[in-house]
Formats: sequence, C-alpha cells, structure tokens
Amino acid sequence: MSRLLPFLGFMLLVALFGFGIWWNTQHDQNAIPSPLLNKPAPAFNLPKLYEPTQRVSKADLLGQPYLLNVFASWCIECGVEHPVLEAEGPGLGVQLVGYNYKDAPADAKRWLAEHGNPYNLLIADEPGHTAIDFGVYGAPESFLIDAKGVIRYKHIGPLTPDVVEDELKPAIAAMLKEAP
Amino acid sequence: MTPELGQLALILALLLALAQGILPLLGAWRGNRALMAVARPAAAGQAVFVAMAFGILVWAFVRFDFSVQYVADNSNLALPWYYRIAAVWGAHEGSLLLWIFILNVWTVALAAFSQKLPEVFASRVLAVMGLIAVGFLAFIIFTSDPFGRLLPMPGDGADLNPVLQDPGMTFHPPVLYTGYVGFSVAFAFAIAGLLGGELEQAWVRWARPWTNIAWGFLTCGIVAGSWWAYAELGWGGWWFWDPVENASFMPWLVGLGLIHAQAITEKRGSLRAWTILLSIFAFSLSLLGTFLVRSGVLTSVHAFASDPRRGIFILAFLTIVVGGSLLLYALRAPKVVGGKPFKVVSRETVLLIGNLMFAVAAAMVLLGTLFPLVGDALNLGRVSVGPPYFGFLFPLLMLPVVLLLPFGPFLHWGKGDLPALKQVLLRAGIAAAACAIVAAFFVNGQLKAIAGVASLVWLAVGVLLYAIKRWREMPRGRRYPAEMAGMLLAHLGMGVFVAGVLLSESLSVTSDVRMAPGQTQHIGGYDFRFDGAHRTTGPNWRADQGVVTVTRDSKAVAVMHPQKRTYLRGQVQTESAVDAGIFRDLYVALGEPMDANDIEGAWSLRLYYKPFIRWIWGGGLLMMLGGFVCAGDKRFRIKRSAKIEEATAGLQVQETHA
Repeated sequence: MSRLLPFLGFMLLVALFGFGIWWNTQHDQNAIPSPLLNKPAPAFNLPKLYEPTQRVSKADLLGQPYLLNVFASWCIECGVEHPVLEAEGPGLGVQLVGYNYKDAPADAKRWLAEHGNPYNLLIADEPGHTAIDFGVYGAPESFLIDAKGVIRYKHIGPLTPDVVEDELKPAIAAMLKEAP
Repeated sequence: MTPELGQLALILALLLALAQGILPLLGAWRGNRALMAVARPAAAGQAVFVAMAFGILVWAFVRFDFSVQYVADNSNLALPWYYRIAAVWGAHEGSLLLWIFILNVWTVALAAFSQKLPEVFASRVLAVMGLIAVGFLAFIIFTSDPFGRLLPMPGDGADLNPVLQDPGMTFHPPVLYTGYVGFSVAFAFAIAGLLGGELEQAWVRWARPWTNIAWGFLTCGIVAGSWWAYAELGWGGWWFWDPVENASFMPWLVGLGLIHAQAITEKRGSLRAWTILLSIFAFSLSLLGTFLVRSGVLTSVHAFASDPRRGIFILAFLTIVVGGSLLLYALRAPKVVGGKPFKVVSRETVLLIGNLMFAVAAAMVLLGTLFPLVGDALNLGRVSVGPPYFGFLFPLLMLPVVLLLPFGPFLHWGKGDLPALKQVLLRAGIAAAACAIVAAFFVNGQLKAIAGVASLVWLAVGVLLYAIKRWREMPRGRRYPAEMAGMLLAHLGMGVFVAGVLLSESLSVTSDVRMAPGQTQHIGGYDFRFDGAHRTTGPNWRADQGVVTVTRDSKAVAVMHPQKRTYLRGQVQTESAVDAGIFRDLYVALGEPMDANDIEGAWSLRLYYKPFIRWIWGGGLLMMLGGFVCAGDKRFRIKRSAKIEEATAGLQVQETHA
C-alpha cells in the first residue's frame, strides 16, 4: 500500500493542474485586480492639454460618468487602440476623458492632430505623479468612473472591439442602470 | 518549400519514434530478437529526421525566411546572426524542437554505448526513450508547429525578446535542456528495471555516469540562468524563487539525491526501490518543469506563450508518463528490492539523511511554486509565497546537509567507526570556529557573514582532511580515482557556494541615488563618479549610456557603461555594467533621466557593491565539474574497454591470419 503513495500524491497534483488549466480559461490572466476597483478615484488636479492655464480637478467632473483613458504619443499600443476609441467613443454614452501620460504637450498635440481626437476633454500629467495614485503602470489603461467619482471598471492594455463589446459596454450599462 | 520538408521530417521522426517505442517492448516481452533489434536503427533514423527539422529551422532564421510565422515573430533583418541562431529556441515552438533534438542526441549516445548491456534490458531502455520522444513529437506536430506559414509574407519580422539577446541566454536553454533531458536515461533504466522485475548492480553502475553528466549540465544551466538574471534584469539579484527557476531547481535537487542513491545501490545493492523512485521523480520533475513553463498554469516574470490546449496536452502526457511509471513502481517495486543491511552509524545513513533533505526540499519548493494554484483551488484568492517562505525553509533543510557533509566520506559502508568521526568533528570544528571568530572582526559582527565563513571552513577542512587521509593511506595512483576527485570537488563547491550566498547577502551595499554629472557617491569603500550620459547605438538598438568612473583611494578601478537600450520594436531593456572580481563585484544599473528631455542631465542610478557574489557561481561550477569528473571514472567503463580489447585482439588475430 505504501508503494502506492507516490502515485496517489501525483494524482492529487494532476487534479490541481487540471483545475489550474480550467481556472485560466475562465479568468483573464491580465486582469490583475485593482485595489482601487469600486473605491473612490484618487483626487487629482491637472492642467488641460490645450489650455494649460486651466486646471481640472476630480470635483469638477463629479456628477457625470466618464471613461478616463491613459494614453501617450510614445506608446505604440495606444496607436492600436486609437481607431477603436474613434469608432466606439461617441456611442458609449459616457464622456471620454483623455489622460495624457508622461508626454511632452507638443508631441501629444501633434499625435492627436495626426490620428484624430476622440476625447471630450484632455488633461495632461507630464511628470506622471498623479498616475501613480491611479496605479497606472503603463499606457494605455482605461478607468470607468461613475457620477459619484467611484472607479467601476479598469482595463489594462488597449481597448479592442471585443473588450469594448464584452466588458466595457456591460460595465457602463450596469453603472447607468444603478444610478439613473 | 523547405519549411514543409521540416514538417515532413518531424512526421517521419514521429513514426520512427513509435516504432522505437513499441516494437522493442513487444520483442522483449515475447523474446523476439528481430523486434528488439528495431530499437537502435529506429533511434538513429529518428535522430536524423529531427536533426534535419532542426537544421531547416536554423536555415530559415539564417536566410530571413519571414514566410515562416515563427521566424517572423522572433527575428528581423537587423538581428545579428548569432542571435538569429539563438532565436531558434527563443520561443515556445523552437525550444520544444530543441528539447526533442537533445533527447535524440542522448538516445543515440545511449544506443551507441549500451551494446554490452543484456539485449532485453537495453531494448526496453531504448523503447522508453522512444515513447518519451513520441509524446514530445506529437506535442510539437499537433499543437506547436514551428514551420507554420505566414501569408502574405511580411517584409520584416518582429524581434527576438530583447531579454534573450544576451550571451548568457543564448546557451542557457540548450545546456539546461541537456540536463533536463539527460534524466530520461536514469528514468528509462528505472522503468526497464521495473518491467523486467530486476535491477542488477552492474546496470546501475553503468547508469551512474549518465546521471552525473545530466546533473552537471543542469547545474551549468542553472548557473548560467542565475548569472544572466543577475547581469540582465538590473536588480542585482541572482535568484528570485521564480516559478521558472524553481522548475529547474526541483529536478536538480532530486537529481542530487539520485546521484547519491545510485552510489549506494551500485555498491551495496540496497535502496533499489528508493533509487528507482528518485529516477522517476527526477525526470518527472523535468517534465513538470516543461509543463509549468509551457502551459501557463502559473504566470511568472518569464513571459512565455501559454495556450490551454497545450496545457491539456502536456497534462495528459504527464499523467500517462508519470502516473503510469508510479503505478508500475507500486506494482513491481517489491520484486526488485534487496541488498545488504547497514548500521545506524554508516555511510548509508548519512547519504540517506542527505537524500531525505533533498527530497523534502524539492517538495517544499514544489509546494511553494504551486501555492498560488492551491490558493485558487481553495478559493483564497491569488496568494503567492515568495522569498520569505523559501528563504526561511530552504536554509533550514540544508543545514543538516552542511553539518553532515564532512563526515560522509570518512564513514564506511555498512558500519562506520565513531572515533574517526570525532577527530573530524574536532579538527574541522576548531578550524571553523577559529576562522569565524577572526571573521567576526572584519564583518562588523554580521551573523550571516560569520556563518558563511564558518561553513566554508567547515566544508573545506572536511574535504581537505579526507584528501590527506587518502594521500597517507592509499598507494600512489589509487589515491584519487576520478569518482573520488569528483566528489571532493563537488563538496568543496558546496562550501564555496554557501560562503558566496551568505557573504554576499549580508555584506552587499545597495544605493538608489539621483546623480548629476560630476557627482560622487561613496559605497563599500569605492567612489562612484557619474560622468554623464550620452546616446549610443548597436546593431539593432539605440541606448542611453551612462559613464561611471570608480576609484578607490583616488586610484582608478574601473570605468563602467550601464545602458538603457531601446530595441527596434520599442522594447526597453537595461544593460547593467558589472566590474567583476573574485572578492567583489561592482554593479551599476541606469534608471531614468530626471528630465526626459535632457539625457545629459541628472539620472537615477542604482549602485551595488557585492562582495563574494562570484563565489555563488564559482561554487556551482565546481559542483558541475565534480559531476563531470566523477562520470569519467574508469570503473564505470570497465566493460567497454574490455570489449575494445576483445575487438583489437580479434583484429590482431585476423592480421596474423592475413
């Protein structure tokens, strides 16, 4: 009997691995749970990209839900994401706020002029300090923030049509249903 | 057209592997010599076709054939030729092909050198190797085709992961795989022994050098990987208990146990079941390592492709191979046990304690590696155990090994005598204590560093005492046979390694600083002056390169050039600058410029002073050398040289007749 023990132990491992594979098909490996999810968004006070003298704070944006999209002209993936925002942005039903991250304003403006500007509002975080509060670790990232200033959904990496359809739109629908 | 030939070659290799895996087994069972004779030619043919496939993939990289998806994904026109060849094993599909290629090299060597083994046994061994090849060839053909086409053909490819564009990384995977795959020989021996219901001491003796060589390669691969992580990742660490590292470390630990267990079985005939079990475990853990890395069950800093289909295939393969062999073990092990009894104070006991520690350590590493998975399964969320868990338990388990190691050689098989041990304890103990006290003054009373010095002296004096004993007691020429010399080298390596770990961990100085050009930082007795940064370019990258001049007491020591490279496809990679020395490394990593628009201004830099860190790899290399030297012992080759004498004698007879 004791000679069967290694076999039985191994079968336990197999069960664990089988579970692991199943688990990975059910869960997105990139979805690192953000500690900020369903928590109030961090406070910020940043200049507008086109009118640097005017500043926008979190309080200014309360009352309306918005999608905060972190992007930069140096970020290659943002170029991949951009056409999706251009196409889907107007139909989302929320404001699209561009968060220009660690970018020279001139570069950002040139980039937007070239690729188009889908954003309703653009703010600039050139030193990237506020982004630390948001837990941003690379562009692009997107945060869905509701009228009360709570982060409802977060996506790391480019928004693809599939992500918009399967994740972002349901999240927006759930948010709007809850707070009419 | 050529890539399709590669595919064809793989399919033919699979068919030959099936023949090699099934027919000799049937032959051994039915006593049919014709079927048993299939094993060797089938193995040779399979190796030819796999080598052909491998060569075709290399050729596709050399010729920039971007119509092959794998080539387009992992190379581009600017990639230098040596990295284009290394790119063959730079990602999933190609590294599997390399795995199979190496398996074939081992199999061909086995087929060539096993002529003197009993025919039934040898054909079973070769058949098991064939069955392993079947699994991997099927895996590559059905889930991971390296020759898939990409249409339309792009003008240029993507890039080899820049992390892999480093000399250390080009030969790390082949060496590591040679080690992994080499354990298949011991595994095949164990399975053949179980199938036949007997395991003769002579066969185990014959298998020993194969295990030693495999383990030596594995050691070398791990050392190369560790060195690469140190030089490339820019954190100055040498081991991260990362799942992928653990995947190579577990077979290493079990292989270490196996080397010693095989020695007992070969010389005394005892512990056969344990040797068989360890043989199965060592290879199973090699397979498991492949599974963990390739299936994406665990995510790690090593960004490898993952695909659930592949995971399921490997899991099924693993279940059949490991589950099947363990079941076979449960059914057949009682038939092969035997051997001579031994007393409590004996070499067997010490080796067994060491074995137990290695096995428990491997289990501990396995548990820690799989812990995130256990967490998911028990719905505890993503929990992972990191360096605190491993860093506490591993030294604890290795402590008895270090303490007992000097005694092992002094003990006799079966029954040892206590007075000799007391002498060793006294001499090595006094030397270690004395050196520890002296060291205490140099290291500001850091306990870890003192422990490092004490263990080094303890182990080194133990080795030395035994070397002296041999010198005195044995006649010239029989003092240090290769097996003995290898053991002494490896044990000394252990001491050097332990000292390197403890000393570098306790005495290292790290400093994260912001430095403007001209500023100086004082670390570990050295002055690091930052002389600004500038742009530079390489074949397929451009970089910001810092210049750091190091002086000690106003004497120039080194000029270092840490880089932050941006590769063609935008991936950023740090290249730390290391000034290596036997007693200390100076290490500089370039962080970020304080102002992104002014790279000539101030930068954040990471400066390290790392004493004795090189001893870690030096110890590892000594252990590797020990394994190789041991394998060269004449005793393991007696049969073969006897055969050569026979052959030459036969030739002489023929000549006289002529």
